Amino acid sequence: MNKLTAHELIENIKNNNAASIQVVEAIEKRVKDIDAKIKGYVRTPASELSYSGDIKPPACPAGRQSHKATLKGIPISIKDNICTDGFNTECCSKILEGFKPPYDATVIRKLKEAGALVLSLKTNMDEFAFGSSTENSFFGPTHNPWDLECVPGGSSGGSAAVVASDEAIAALGSDTGGSIRQPASFCGVVGLKPTYGRVSRYGLIAFASSLDQIGPITKDTRDSALLMNVISGYDPNDSTSVDIETPDYTKALDKDIKGLKIGIPKEYFVEGIEPEVKEVIREAIKKLEGLGSITKEVSLPHTEYAVPVYYIIATAEASSNLARFDAVQYGYRAASFTNLIDMYKKSRGEGFGQEAKRRIILGTFVLSHGYYDAYYLRALKVRTLIKEDFDKVFGEFDCVVTPTSPSPAFKIGEKIEDPLKMYLSDIYTISANLAGIPAISIPCGFTKKGLPVGLQILAKPFAEETLFRVANAYEQNTEWHKMKPKI
Amino acid sequence: MNYEAVIGLEVHLHLKTRTKAFCGCSTEFGNEPNSQTCPVCLGFPGSLPVFNRRALDYAIKVALALNCKIQEYTKFDRKNYFYPDLPKNYQISQYDLPLSRDGYLDIEAEDKPKRIGIRRVHMEEDAGKLIHEAGLSLVDFNRAGMPLLEIVSEPDINSADEAYAYLTGLKSILEYLDVSDCDMEKGSLRCDANISVREKGTTGLGIKAELKNMNSFKAVRDALNFEIERHTATLGKGEKIIQETRLWDEKAQETASMRTKEEAQDYRYFPEPDLPAFIIKAEKIEEARKTIPELPRERVLRFMRDYNLSEYDAKILCASKKDAEYAEDLIRLYPDKDKKPIVNWLIGPLTSIASSSNLSISQVTIPGGKSEFIKLVKFAQDGSVSNLTAKGVLSESVISGQTSSSIIQEKQLFQISDASSLNAIIEEVVNQNKRSVEDYKQGKANALMFLVGQIMKKSGGKANPKLAQELLRRRLSDA
Repeated sequence: MNKLTAHELIENIKNNNAASIQVVEAIEKRVKDIDAKIKGYVRTPASELSYSGDIKPPACPAGRQSHKATLKGIPISIKDNICTDGFNTECCSKILEGFKPPYDATVIRKLKEAGALVLSLKTNMDEFAFGSSTENSFFGPTHNPWDLECVPGGSSGGSAAVVASDEAIAALGSDTGGSIRQPASFCGVVGLKPTYGRVSRYGLIAFASSLDQIGPITKDTRDSALLMNVISGYDPNDSTSVDIETPDYTKALDKDIKGLKIGIPKEYFVEGIEPEVKEVIREAIKKLEGLGSITKEVSLPHTEYAVPVYYIIATAEASSNLARFDAVQYGYRAASFTNLIDMYKKSRGEGFGQEAKRRIILGTFVLSHGYYDAYYLRALKVRTLIKEDFDKVFGEFDCVVTPTSPSPAFKIGEKIEDPLKMYLSDIYTISANLAGIPAISIPCGFTKKGLPVGLQILAKPFAEETLFRVANAYEQNTEWHKMKPKI
Repeated sequence: MNYEAVIGLEVHLHLKTRTKAFCGCSTEFGNEPNSQTCPVCLGFPGSLPVFNRRALDYAIKVALALNCKIQEYTKFDRKNYFYPDLPKNYQISQYDLPLSRDGYLDIEAEDKPKRIGIRRVHMEEDAGKLIHEAGLSLVDFNRAGMPLLEIVSEPDINSADEAYAYLTGLKSILEYLDVSDCDMEKGSLRCDANISVREKGTTGLGIKAELKNMNSFKAVRDALNFEIERHTATLGKGEKIIQETRLWDEKAQETASMRTKEEAQDYRYFPEPDLPAFIIKAEKIEEARKTIPELPRERVLRFMRDYNLSEYDAKILCASKKDAEYAEDLIRLYPDKDKKPIVNWLIGPLTSIASSSNLSISQVTIPGGKSEFIKLVKFAQDGSVSNLTAKGVLSESVISGQTSSSIIQEKQLFQISDASSLNAIIEEVVNQNKRSVEDYKQGKANALMFLVGQIMKKSGGKANPKLAQELLRRRLSDA
């Protein structure tokens, strides 16, 4: 049962009330069986099966169930940076050791209201979502189900890996520069980053507030739409959420894509992309053309600036967002210190990992007196140019299609010593966050070594329906999303 | 060399909204530590601020009352610094696009009117409070996230007295607006000062010191005077002033260095990404303008016009909103067209009774209330009770809780103002003091006063002196 999608499971539960318990048991068993290899979940000593009680009760009983309990009985796995009332939420960082939020994130509340079962086990991630491989987790790396020597991508690597390996039905991740889409692509699952403001960020432990969005990681597009139906919508607790009607996304699924105009940005197919990936993407584009869409090369001229702009804005915001981890109220506090400053220094020095420190220092630097104009302010201006690139293209095209990542999953340890190389693995996903637009990654083939490749579809703000329409049309005519890794 | 001070003041004001600036927690003062907190004002991970629109309404009101221009486009910024009373280790404030700019406040110091520029009025949140107890440092976050206004003056202030006048004038306006408790003891109004001195007649700016930790307007004045002297003396010796932050020590009546410029923080301001910038529409400003009540200056002018008061009297009565309202009630209730007697009683006896207990006139409890007070003033006015007696009766009444009329009744303090009773006493006095009567007739004016004194004595002090004198004069000219 753990192999099912949410929509398949919903059918099952309709006919069999016990199905919901059975699926939780199936997931529990699957986690016991294979998570020692995958390490998609954290704080579960998978080698000691007796500790499986960690997921018992495996689910949080549904809270106030709305009459539209559209996810009744469906277990959902949650990334470790989304607050779950009473369940540890540590951003896979030592500095949040033992932190149990006293409240649910808005998306968690909504899931509960829709009848979903929120698993107490949280999924692995790069510490504070700083990374593209899940290697920066305090709990150690997650392994890619398709090749255990490879990374699952990141930062939502745990969520993508548990969905791909059937240790979960569906999961939530967060995406600041590609953290949902890139791991989805590496693990052969569907990952959606919604429009900035579409899903409430309340309860998402912030990395970069102006870029972060929570989104679903699922086995297929229909599940992605189902989850979006539940988690989307204006939240008075998040001033950056947008007061706009939430459509029934599943309605977009059955529309064909005849006559749909698709832009193929030339800047995404230049050097840096692995030929094999390029090949798979070309095939996918041909498939879309075969389904009646019209494709044409377009230009997003400021693409090359996306990575530097992103690493200025994201680290600037992160340096401020992470200032609150000061050992005063919660989380890790150094065992001994001589005074207040010493407590700050030791606790933060011992509590943060290397990448977190690197980004805090980088962000602090770009905001410093005398550097602000040259870095942060200029980055904001270029961000506007990147957004305008997309505005221009979307004036003419319904969506844009690109590879999700220039390469398939790389080996664990391959890039960890070279941050610049690691940062470049987000080169195709970052622009969507800077522009605030929605983007989805869907499985579109494999490399010769059997690693999944993801196709990224981007659309204008609040046009998630277009993404679902294209993704589902592609999915209905391919089998990639049905492929399962052998573990 | 002749120096003049250049002073700019930064006032922080708690807005008395029901809830905090960015969450729903109560702003009530004086409750159990950390009883008014939530994930947002505690800065818990994942929590997000939502701006309290009532705080914006109040802020606009203040900015307008201080003649500022409201910026159409405004936003919040983060001011980053580490301190344990600051839950997020950044303060949500406003940096380069504040709510409003370029206002002014008219003051009067040393009898000269002066206009002090207001550079900006912006919105921000307060921090918590550290409590040091038994070797431990504890934090109370009840205050964290309270809505604050920062009101920054231009360096147009040139003396400690002007600074004092600016602060009292500002507080008076803020009280009239009813947007804050303005209570320095509770910390709902705080003031920091920037001060430097320069050679008189020059326009450049000297090196400044920033003064903190002044807990009353008087402390601000004292600290500034201390600093002016320190700066002048230092420069006089040919030494240089160091740019630094100094703390006022109330006990020692002096300032001491807290940190120098080199140790100054880099706050790394940047736009608060959790709160979108917002536009304040002209209609909203006009709406706010309509809610601004009569301000002190307008009320002074109206008192002068409506009650025929002198500017001096009107200003005293209007300095505080509550006192002005109290005074106006009494002035209206006072039955005579000429309001001078009641005004004199408010500014004179009542004010001195109030200030002897550190109260304002509206805070004095008068037994029997306003009507008793008016009755007493009328008695004094029509001569039923002498002025001096009436003043004594008022003090006694306030202290004892007995109404003034019952004190007058009990002690039979009414003056003898009927002619026949007085004439009887006069007759006796005239008969017993033949010599003085003769003297008077010889033209010795003093003799008359002696005789009046005798009448007062005989009447037990109750004779109406004016009337007695007049009747005596008539009696003596008859003879």
